[in-house]
Amino acid sequence: MIEYIIRRVLIMFPTLFVISVIVFTVIQLPPGDFLTTYAINLEQSGEPVAMEVLDALRERYGLDKPMVVQYFKWIGGILLRGDFGQSFGHWRPVKDLIWERLGLTASIALITIVITWMIAVPIGIYSATHQYKLSDYAFTFVGYIGLSIPAFMLALLVMNAAHMKFGLDVGGLFSDEFIDAPWSLARVVDLLQHIWVPVLVLSVGGTAGLIRVMRANLLDQLELPYVETARASGLSETKLLLKYPVRVAINPIVSTIGWMLPQLFSGSVIVAMVLSLQTTGPLLLRALMDQDMHLAGAMIMILSALTVVGTLISDILLAWVDPRIRFERQTS
Amino acid sequence: MNAGMSIPPEPENDGRLSADDSMSQEKLYLASQWRLMWWKFVDHRLALCSMYLLCLFYFVALFCGFFAPHNPSQRARDLSFAPPQRVHLVHEGRLRGPFVYPRIQHFDQELALLTYTEDRSRVQPIRFFVRGDTYRFWGLVETSVHLVGLRDGGRLYLMGADRLGRDLFSRILYGSRISLSIGLVGVFLSLVLGIVIGGISGYFGGVTDTVIQRFIEILMSIPSIPLWMALAAAVPPTWSQLTVYFCMTTILALIGWTGVAREVRGKILALREEDYAMAARAAGVKEFRILMRHLVPGFTSHLIVVVTLAIPAMILAETALSFLQLGLRAPTISWGVLLQDAMNLQAVNLYPWLIWPTAFVVFVVLLFNFLGDGLRDAADPYRH
Repeated sequence: MIEYIIRRVLIMFPTLFVISVIVFTVIQLPPGDFLTTYAINLEQSGEPVAMEVLDALRERYGLDKPMVVQYFKWIGGILLRGDFGQSFGHWRPVKDLIWERLGLTASIALITIVITWMIAVPIGIYSATHQYKLSDYAFTFVGYIGLSIPAFMLALLVMNAAHMKFGLDVGGLFSDEFIDAPWSLARVVDLLQHIWVPVLVLSVGGTAGLIRVMRANLLDQLELPYVETARASGLSETKLLLKYPVRVAINPIVSTIGWMLPQLFSGSVIVAMVLSLQTTGPLLLRALMDQDMHLAGAMIMILSALTVVGTLISDILLAWVDPRIRFERQTS
Repeated sequence: MNAGMSIPPEPENDGRLSADDSMSQEKLYLASQWRLMWWKFVDHRLALCSMYLLCLFYFVALFCGFFAPHNPSQRARDLSFAPPQRVHLVHEGRLRGPFVYPRIQHFDQELALLTYTEDRSRVQPIRFFVRGDTYRFWGLVETSVHLVGLRDGGRLYLMGADRLGRDLFSRILYGSRISLSIGLVGVFLSLVLGIVIGGISGYFGGVTDTVIQRFIEILMSIPSIPLWMALAAAVPPTWSQLTVYFCMTTILALIGWTGVAREVRGKILALREEDYAMAARAAGVKEFRILMRHLVPGFTSHLIVVVTLAIPAMILAETALSFLQLGLRAPTISWGVLLQDAMNLQAVNLYPWLIWPTAFVVFVVLLFNFLGDGLRDAADPYRH
C-alpha cells in the first residue's frame, strides 16, 4: 500500500510539469500581450502612450524574451519562491489576489461533493431496490432533467425565484459589510448563509449523474449468486444490502471523485459569474479577456494541481476501500 | 457480419414453442448485429420518440427560413420587449379559427416601462404558407413563403420580442442551426481524433501506448471550462463569424477526443485477444487488416453510443461559452448568444420570455440523453 502511494505521488510531478507547459502555452496563444491591450485601451481613452514606458515595462516583466525563457522564469518563480508573478490588470502580485478566492472555490467544491454523495447514494440504493416502481421512474426522470439543465441557467432561475418569492438577495458569497472584512466568526456565519445557493446549483447535475451510476452498479450486483446465498442463509434484507452489494457498488463512485473535481471547478466558474461570487470564476474570465497572463495562468495551474491531488486521493481511497485492488498491487 | 457474437434475446412468451416461434428463432439467429440492435432499440419507446423528435429539430434547423415566421434580424421599434402573443379562437362569441389581436404600445410613466395591450377590435387571422420577409433558401433560391404568419406584413410573435423588437421564436429557430450543428461537427472532429490516436495507442501498445495514455490523463485533469475559456479568449474578435464557428468546434473537439480515444484503445486491447482475432492471425491475415476488418466493426456500435452521449455536452459547452461572451458573438445567432440577454436578473424578472432558449437547450439535451441511453441498451448484446 505504501509503495503504491509513493509511486502515485512520484508520477504526479511529471504530470504537473506537462500541465504547466500546456497552461503556459494556452495563455500565451492570443496575439500580442497585456501591454498591447493596455496601450490600445489608453489610446481609446485619449491618453497619450509613451513608448518608452511600455518598453521599460516589457523589459521588466521579461515579455520581450523568447517563450521558453519566459516559461522558466514563470515556473521558477512559482517553485522556488511561491511567486506567481505580477498581475498586470491589478498591478499587484498574483498571490495577493487569488488565495482567498481559491479557498472559497475549493470549499464550494468540497461541500458540493459531500452533499452530492449524501443525496445520491441513498437515492441510488432506493432506486435499485425498487426498480421499475413509480418512485424509481420519478427519480430517474428528475435525474434526467438535472443532467440536462445548464448549471448557469439553474443559477439564474434559483436566484430569480429567491428574489421574487422571498425577496432574498442571494447573489455573492457575503453580505456587503463582510466582503472586505477580515475573517471572524460572524463572517463565517454570513458565508454559510450565502454558500447554499452555489452548492445547491452545482450539486444538481452531479447528483443526477451519480444516482444513475449507483443504481446501475447496484442492479448489476443484486443479480449475482452471492446475494441469493446470503439471503438464503437468513440475513436480514437491510443488513445484507449494506454489508455486501452496496460496498461493491460504491467502488466506482469513489473513483469518480477524480473527475468530479475538474467538473465542479469548471461548473463553478460559470455559476460564479451568474451569482457574482467572490471565487476564481469572475477573476479568471476578466484575466483571460485582459490577457493578464500571470493571473490567468496561476489560477488554471492551481485548479489543475488541485484536480491532480484529488485524483490521487480518490485512487488511494479506492485502494483502501477495495481489497482486490490493494492485493493485486501487492502481488504484482 | 458477426451475428454469432450476439446472444439473441429470448422470445417473449410463456415458453411454448410453436411453428411461428421457431420461425422467429431462425430469424433471430440469421439477423445481422445491426438488425438485432435495431429491434432492441425499437422496443425502447422513449429512445425511439426522442430520435424522431431530434430528426424533427434538425429538419426545422435545415429549413429554418421557412419555419420561422420572420427574419430574425428584422427590428421593430414599436415592439421592443413585446410579450408573447396569445393565440385566440373565439372573437365576440364567434369561432374564427386561430387568430391574434394586434398590440398597442403604451409607456407606463410610473414604472418607466413599455407595456402592451391587445386591440380587441381587430382580428388578425393566422395563415399557413403565407408571404412575409424574403429569405434565401440555403443561399440559392430567394423566396418569401413561411409556414405560419399574418397577412400584409403583420408580425406574429409567439415567444415575444427582445429589446430591439426582434421575434424571439424566429431567432431561436435560426439559432438552432448553429447550436445543433456545433455538437455534430465537434463530435465528428473528436471522433476522428479519438479513433486515430486511440487506434495508434491500442494497436502499437508499449511505449507509444503509455505516452499517449499519460498525455490523455493529463489533459483530462485540466478543468475543461477554464481551458475552453482560455482557448476561446485566444480567438480574435475581429475574425469572421464562420472562422470563429470553426474555431469553437475545434476547441470543443480538442478536449472531447480524449474520452473517445480511451474507449477505442480499451476495446482494441480487449478484442485483439478474442478467439476470432487469434484465428485470423493464425490464418496469416495482416495485423492492419485484422484491425480494420475484424476489430473496428466489433466496437462501432459502442462508439456510436459514446458519440451520442457526447453531443449534449458539446451543445451545453457552446451555450455556456457564448453566454460568457467568449464564443460566438452577436450578430451571429445561437442559443448561447440569445441567452446573453437573460443574464441580467432584472431583465428576467420583467421579461420572463427571454429564457425561452433555455427550454430548447434543456429539451434537446434531454432528447440526446434518452437516445443515447436507448442506443446503449440496444448495443450491448449481453443485457436483456
